[in-house]
Amino acid sequence: MWTWAHKFGSPGYFYALAGKVNPWLTALYIALFATGLYLGLVVAPTDYQQGDSYRIIFVHVPSAWMSMFVYVVMAVFAAIGLIWRLKLTAVLAKASAPLGASFTFLALATGSIWGKPMWGTWWVWDARLTSELILLFLYLGFMALQAAMPDRQTAWRAGAILLLVGVVNIPIIHFSVDWWYTLHQPATITKLGAPSIHPSMLVPLLIMAVAFKVFYLSLLLSRARAEILHRERRTRWVQELARSGQL
Amino acid sequence: MTEFLYMGGYGGYVWSAYGLCLLVLLANVIAARLRNHNARREVKKYTGREQ
Amino acid sequence: MRAQRRNRLFMVIFILIGIGIATALTLNAFRQNILFFFTPTQVVAGEAPSGHPFRIGGLVAVDSVERAAGSLKVHFDVTDTVNSVSVTYEGILPDLFKEGQGIVTKGILDGKGVFVASEVLAKHDENYMPPEAEHALRAAQTLQNNSDK
Repeated sequence: MWTWAHKFGSPGYFYALAGKVNPWLTALYIALFATGLYLGLVVAPTDYQQGDSYRIIFVHVPSAWMSMFVYVVMAVFAAIGLIWRLKLTAVLAKASAPLGASFTFLALATGSIWGKPMWGTWWVWDARLTSELILLFLYLGFMALQAAMPDRQTAWRAGAILLLVGVVNIPIIHFSVDWWYTLHQPATITKLGAPSIHPSMLVPLLIMAVAFKVFYLSLLLSRARAEILHRERRTRWVQELARSGQL
Repeated sequence: MTEFLYMGGYGGYVWSAYGLCLLVLLANVIAARLRNHNARREVKKYTGREQ
Repeated sequence: MRAQRRNRLFMVIFILIGIGIATALTLNAFRQNILFFFTPTQVVAGEAPSGHPFRIGGLVAVDSVERAAGSLKVHFDVTDTVNSVSVTYEGILPDLFKEGQGIVTKGILDGKGVFVASEVLAKHDENYMPPEAEHALRAAQTLQNNSDK
């Protein structure tokens, strides 16, 4: 277990492996997006209540799920990084932050675009929308911290603590629709019992959710590779790669 | 086709939501490529110096 | 080295537990305060603030919507099936607004117990299905109700 973790955690090994896997991931998310969009926009029927406006769900819900998922992943990296000091955790968390912030922004923006025709407003300060906005600030706060502190080690440690503190926001976002009266609807899929969405709409939604997840994984690996090269630019293995023309 | 774009009257909302997603995801792809490109250039600067 | 790692592990766990407790306490304190809206029953019982704006959430009562000809004025009752409050509003209603629909409306109670709304928002449920499925569902429910009788 430990030898495995150290081998995988070594920057050189990770760089090579990520480089090999990434073209496949790219092809996979393009295929998933194409299928999901076709099923969601063309094949899926109109909703009985919301007409065609409900189709925003196929980008809104995956973005919102990813906004929380990426944050939890970063918090796990933070915990591992603080306890075991694996170098790679800082790289992966730092590479995740702009991606998570993008998903959070998309969840808020597409929700707003959906809210205008259905609810009658772009924005309300209910518990769900407010806690999701706080999530965006957590991402931006982490990124600002990494950019502002001159020492990389101190910046990462401070950022990791911020990530761990902010993790309490995640259950608040998820359960806000049950704990308080909100304008936002309660959960359709992640609730006890069967999802209250017709299979013809559920399938494209799940495909889009997987597409978003693979997209995140692919971009995480790509950003992490760039960050590793930058950090290890003077090491022997990186220079070796450059000299042999494999970069 | 026009009916598809019309989206039962919600075309403006639906397409702007999807357009925004495309824009943001594409920007992320381009940013990641750019970072890799710059990192490689940076590495090669050191390679030249050592030789 | 090992002891140091264990100490760091304890520190992280300690921080997490501390934050958890602090949040639980805060949430508990907030529980009554972050109500986005009041129910008609609460309004009838006088629990809603009088004299300044608040929100009511409920269903638009069936057969209660009256639109004034030639203007955007509308009058309807909002109900939680136990109590109801009558509402007047002038403005554009959201697309989902209809009798039986869940809504949240912001406004102020006038002296006669009428809620003068400045904003009406629609609250939809978490169900998504094609219209045919909804018709079938409703037909099945009617059938069951009839057989229950």
